[in-house]
This record gives sequence, C-alpha cells and structure tokens, in this order.
Amino acid sequence: MAALASPLRVCRGILKELRAIQGPSYKQSLAYAYVMDQYRKNKVTGERYCRAQQEAHHASHTYLCLLASTRNHLALHNLYHGKGERSPEEVACLVGLRLPTQPGGKGWEK
Amino acid sequence: MFKSIVRLGNALSLNKVCPRRQHQRCALKYSTAAAERKKFYEDVSISQGEGGLFEINLDRRKLKTPGGKLFTVPNEALAIAVATEWDAQRETLKFYTMHMTTLCNTALDNPTQRDKDQMINAALKFLETDTVCYRVDEPHALVELQKNEWDPVLHWIENRYNVTIGSSSSILGPEIPEATKDTFRQHLNSYNFWSLTGLEYVITQLKSVVLSLGMIDRHLSVEQAVLLSRLEEEYQIRRWGNVEWAHDYDMYELRARTAAGALFVQLSSESSTVKRKLLQD
Repeated sequence: MAALASPLRVCRGILKELRAIQGPSYKQSLAYAYVMDQYRKNKVTGERYCRAQQEAHHASHTYLCLLASTRNHLALHNLYHGKGERSPEEVACLVGLRLPTQPGGKGWEK
Repeated sequence: MFKSIVRLGNALSLNKVCPRRQHQRCALKYSTAAAERKKFYEDVSISQGEGGLFEINLDRRKLKTPGGKLFTVPNEALAIAVATEWDAQRETLKFYTMHMTTLCNTALDNPTQRDKDQMINAALKFLETDTVCYRVDEPHALVELQKNEWDPVLHWIENRYNVTIGSSSSILGPEIPEATKDTFRQHLNSYNFWSLTGLEYVITQLKSVVLSLGMIDRHLSVEQAVLLSRLEEEYQIRRWGNVEWAHDYDMYELRARTAAGALFVQLSSESSTVKRKLLQD
C-alpha cells in the first residue's frame, strides 16, 4: 500500500513542476534550494529503515502531488470553466439575431 | 539591487531586513473578493522576524492575513511553500489555488474563534459517519471493491491505535464505542493548534477520519487516500465513463486540497516528529 515512486522520480517531478511555475530561472527560487538541500541531507543513512528518510520521502511525494494537482486543476478550470458569461451580442448571434442599433443613441443616453 | 541579493545565492540565510524601514501594506488585500486582483508584485522572498517566525515579503512589503495580522509561520519549509504559491501567480491572483496560504490564514486568524476541544469534537463527529465504515449492500461488484480496498485500512488503523471500528451497511452507521473516541481524542490532543487546523481540514475534505489519519501517519499516499475516499465515484466512472470537466476537475481539486492539508500538518508538527525519533533510539 505504501509503495511510492522512487525518490529520484519524485525529485525530478518536483523540479519539473517548479520549472513550469517559475520559467527558466527556477534554479534561483527558494523552493529549488530548499528541496535540493533536503534531498542531499536525507540521501545517506546508516540504518536500513531510516524513519526520517521515509518521512522526507512521503513529504516530498505530498508536495509533488500538491504542485501537480494545483496545476492540473487550474488548467482544467481555464479550459472548461474560465470563459465567463457571453455578452448580449454573442447571445443574440447564437439564435441568428442582431442587437438593434439606434443612431443618435437611445433617449436616455447622453 | 536588494532584490538581486535576495534571489541569488543562499536563500536560506537569515534575512534580517530592517523592520522599521519596511512600509507595511494596507490591509485591503483580500477585501475585494468579487473583483480580480492583479498581480502587483514582482518578487517573493522570505525573512525571519522576531521570535524565529518567518514572514513573506512581496516586493519589500510584508504579507498580511485577511484579518490584518502579520503573516508569520513557525518554520521555513512552510514559508517557502507559501512563497512558491504566491510566486506561481501570473497576472491575476487566483486565491483558490493558494491552499497553503489559506490554511495559514485560517490558523492565524481563527475567524470562527474555536479552541482545540471544539475542533477535536468536530473532527471526531466525522468518525460516526466515516466513509470507510459505510458500506452498501449492492451492486455486488461495489461491495467487493469496498471490502478489498477499505478493510485493510480499517485493520491497519485498528492495530495502530488499538481501537475497534466496525463497518456497517445500515443507514445509521457503525456503533463506535466510547473507548475508541477517547483514544482518538487523546491522540488528537497531542497535536498543536496549527496541526489540528490542518487535520480538521483534511478530515472535512476526505470525509473520513480513518483515511486522514492513515495519510498523516504516512501509511497512505495522497493519491491513494483520495482514491479510497472517492471509491464509489471511481467505480461509477469505470462503469459509465469519465467526464473530464466534472470528475477530473473534482479529483484534482480534492488532491490539491488534501495534499496541502497533509503537508501543512506534517510541517506544523515537525518538532514533535523529531522528538519521537529520539525517544525511539
């Protein structure tokens, strides 16, 4: 049940997400420095089952899930729910009508 | 010039900015909820203030909560996560993608004025109608699926916490003995206020105490917990097909919120984790 992807894949995934967020200068970001630092610190361990390493691995997996799912959620939102309402002209065009124009403006308009 | 010093090099160094000269921004940050706020800053950085608490700086101005308080977090990892969220915004600010910021604001402001006991009671209320304990009688494939996926988690949590939680298919749900509730209450009491905020958030999202504790205790990953929470939906999707703009949208949103909550809890209770390892040695 607790078979997570290997730490290398998770690390690569996080870096890909950071690159998607920040652009080409992602190596200067705070998150990049912190993540690489944590990975280096937890790399070598003397015990066969190092609890801190497992915890860090789970935390990194959680962070990768957070970054990836916010990105996907935002993408889906923009794709399907981001258009907003149609203007009255577009609504009229849907049924093949046009809004009337009155040269000189309507009576109450300045 | 100051901007470049902050961005390059060792961003983890203590960044003691002279506090008097930073001009505090007005608290109008979240007030216009209807109108879209444009991104008004270029750089996001963190700095350590008094008491070892970390603050977020947007272009030399300090971030504040919607309640007007200064936005402070107890550890650096959380500050970096929040800073990354603000940095990820393009052109307009989309607060519904900034889950860590929202959680920190809730913990700092406590708008509903709740204390630890009320939060623990609210969390334990979910136990009586826990998703994992509510079974159906038919269709048969779903019954099997629920048995295969949810029973191992139930067994795990029963062993881990030495409690009994049954599963039932009646409309009233399982009978939870008082001893179980007391055990969980004691366990939840060991978390600090921030962690409890996050934990209650996760429980509300997943609609299950069992799955939330399984994820916080690192027995389940976020994707697994979300899958188990949405088990019946996944079954129906496999049967009737997937609708991307509803199913995937909900799944990603649930994953994002749950991941944010889990990370929030784990980062807020970091000090307690370290203590446990020392005790075990």
